[in-house]
Amino acid sequence: MAEPMKIRATMAGDVADVKVLMNHPMETGQRKDAKTGQLVPALFIQDVVATVNGTAVMTANFGTGISKNPYLGFKVKGAKVGDKVSVSWVDNTGDKTSAEAAVA
Amino acid sequence: MKKLVTGLLGLSVLMGAATALATPEQDRQEFVKYYTQKYPNIKVDDYVYGALAFDEDSRSQYDSIMEFPPFEAEVDKGRKMWETAFKNGSKYAACFPNDGKQIAGNYPQFDEAKGKVVTLQDAINACRTANGEEAYKVNDMKTMGTLTSYMRTLSDGMLMNVKVEGPKAMAAYEDGKKTFFTRKGQLNFACASCHVQNAGTRLRSELISPAVGHAVHWPAFRGGDSLTTLQQRYDGCFKQVRAVPPPQGGETMNNLEYFHSSLSNGLPMKASVFRK
Amino acid sequence: MNTLRRNVLKGAGSAGAVAVAVAAGLLKPTQALAEWNKAAFEAKNVGDAMKGLGAGAPADSKDITIKAPDIAENGAVVPVEVSSSIAGTTNIAIFAEKNGTPLVGNYALSGGAQGYVSTRIKMGATSLVRAVVTAGGKTYTAAKEVKVTIGGCGG
Repeated sequence: MAEPMKIRATMAGDVADVKVLMNHPMETGQRKDAKTGQLVPALFIQDVVATVNGTAVMTANFGTGISKNPYLGFKVKGAKVGDKVSVSWVDNTGDKTSAEAAVA
Repeated sequence: MKKLVTGLLGLSVLMGAATALATPEQDRQEFVKYYTQKYPNIKVDDYVYGALAFDEDSRSQYDSIMEFPPFEAEVDKGRKMWETAFKNGSKYAACFPNDGKQIAGNYPQFDEAKGKVVTLQDAINACRTANGEEAYKVNDMKTMGTLTSYMRTLSDGMLMNVKVEGPKAMAAYEDGKKTFFTRKGQLNFACASCHVQNAGTRLRSELISPAVGHAVHWPAFRGGDSLTTLQQRYDGCFKQVRAVPPPQGGETMNNLEYFHSSLSNGLPMKASVFRK
Repeated sequence: MNTLRRNVLKGAGSAGAVAVAVAAGLLKPTQALAEWNKAAFEAKNVGDAMKGLGAGAPADSKDITIKAPDIAENGAVVPVEVSSSIAGTTNIAIFAEKNGTPLVGNYALSGGAQGYVSTRIKMGATSLVRAVVTAGGKTYTAAKEVKVTIGGCGG
C-alpha cells in the first residue's frame, strides 16, 4: 500500500505555486542490502500526472535518479483559489496513489 | 576575563582556569565572544544553522529542502507514537508540564534527588516506566528517535534554557566540559579542536560548525533520510577521531550534553531539520 | 504537438505502469500520457539518453536557468530548479551527466503550466546537471556543474 502524498498549492499573483511530496523509496536497483549483501530490487515512481480542475498540467516520467520521497514543484498560470489540484503516480511495479488539494 | 585562544596551550589554560572560576553563563559568553571576534559578519542567531551559517550555497539547499522536508512522514510516525495512549490509558503528554510543549529547552536538567543529569530522553523513559511500559533504548532510532523527532518539535521556538545550579550540578557540568576539551582517539582531537578552534574553517571538504547553536536542532535527518539524535551524533564524532565512544545515555554522554546544551542557552529550538 | 512528445509516446518499452493506471481509473485515457521511455531512461550516457528523447542536438540557451548548488550538501538529495523563459516551453528534461543512467526526469507541460520544474535528484559524482527544454518543436539546453563530495560531518 502506497504511503500518502502531500500537496500544497498557493497563489502567487496569477500563478499557482504547487509543491508535492511523494512518499516512495525510489530504489535504484543498484543498492545492496547492508545485511544480506543482496541487491535491493529497483522500485521507483515512473509516471506522474498532475491536473488542475481535471486538465492535465504536467505529465512527468521519473528515472531512478530522483531522490527518495520525491519532491515536485511546478507553477500553473491562470489557476484560482479553490481550484482542485490532483496528482497521481504509478511506480514500476504498478503500485499507485493519488491525492488532491485545493489551491489556497 | 580569559580569552579563548587557538592552540592546545590556550585550551589547557582555559580549562584549568575556567574550572575554578567560570560560571556556565561566563563560559557561554566566552565562546560567543571568541566566535564573533573571528566572524564579525555572522549573526549569533544564525549559529543554530551550524556550518550552514558560514556558507550561502549550503544554506540555500537547507532552505529548499526544509520547504517540504522528505522526512515529514517519519515525523508523522513520531506524532502517532506521542498521541497513542499507553496500555493503562494514560498518554505521554500527561507526564510533562504544559502537555510536553515548550519544555525541551529545559533539558538536560540536573535532578537533585537522583544526583545526576536527566536528558529529555530519560524523562520520556521515566514516563514510560511510570505507566507500566518498558523503557526505550535511547539510541534506538525506530522508537526513541522517531518519538523525539515529533516530541521535540512541540518546543520549536522555545529558547534553550539549561540551568546549572548547585555544586552537584556544577560538577556534572564540569565533567561534560572536560569531555569537550579533552583530546582523545588516534587522531588526538578534542570536540573543541574542531568546533572551537576550527569552527567556520574546512577540515578536508567539511565546513566545521561552532559549538554554540549545536544543541538546538536535534534530532536531525541527515541526507534527508537518516534520523540522528544528538548523542548519536556525539557517537559519530568520537568514532571520527578514532576514539571509543562512551555509551549513549550514560553519565559521560549525558554530562557532555548538559555542558554542550548550556552553550546554546538563549537560542531558539528547532527540531527535525535537514543536515548533510 | 512536438517531436519530443511523439518520440516519447513511440519509444514505448514498458507499457505496464500507465496501462495499469488507466485501468485503475487514476488516469483518463484521454489525457496526454508520457509513456515511460525505457530507451532514454536506461541509456548509460547523456548523448544516448537525449537521442532516446528525440532531442539529439539542442542549441545552447541563456533563457534557461538552472538553480542547483555549487557543492551538494548530500548527493542523495540535491535540489534542482529549472526555469525556462523560452516562449511556448512544452517540455523540460533533467540529466545528471555522470549518473549511471543520466536521465533523471522528463516533464511535459500543458494547460497553463509555466516553464518551470523543481525537484531533488541523486548524484553519484561531480558532474554537469543539464536541462533540455522543448519549445515550438525545437530543443534548447543549459547546464550547471554541481560538485559532489563524500563527507562525514553535519552538525
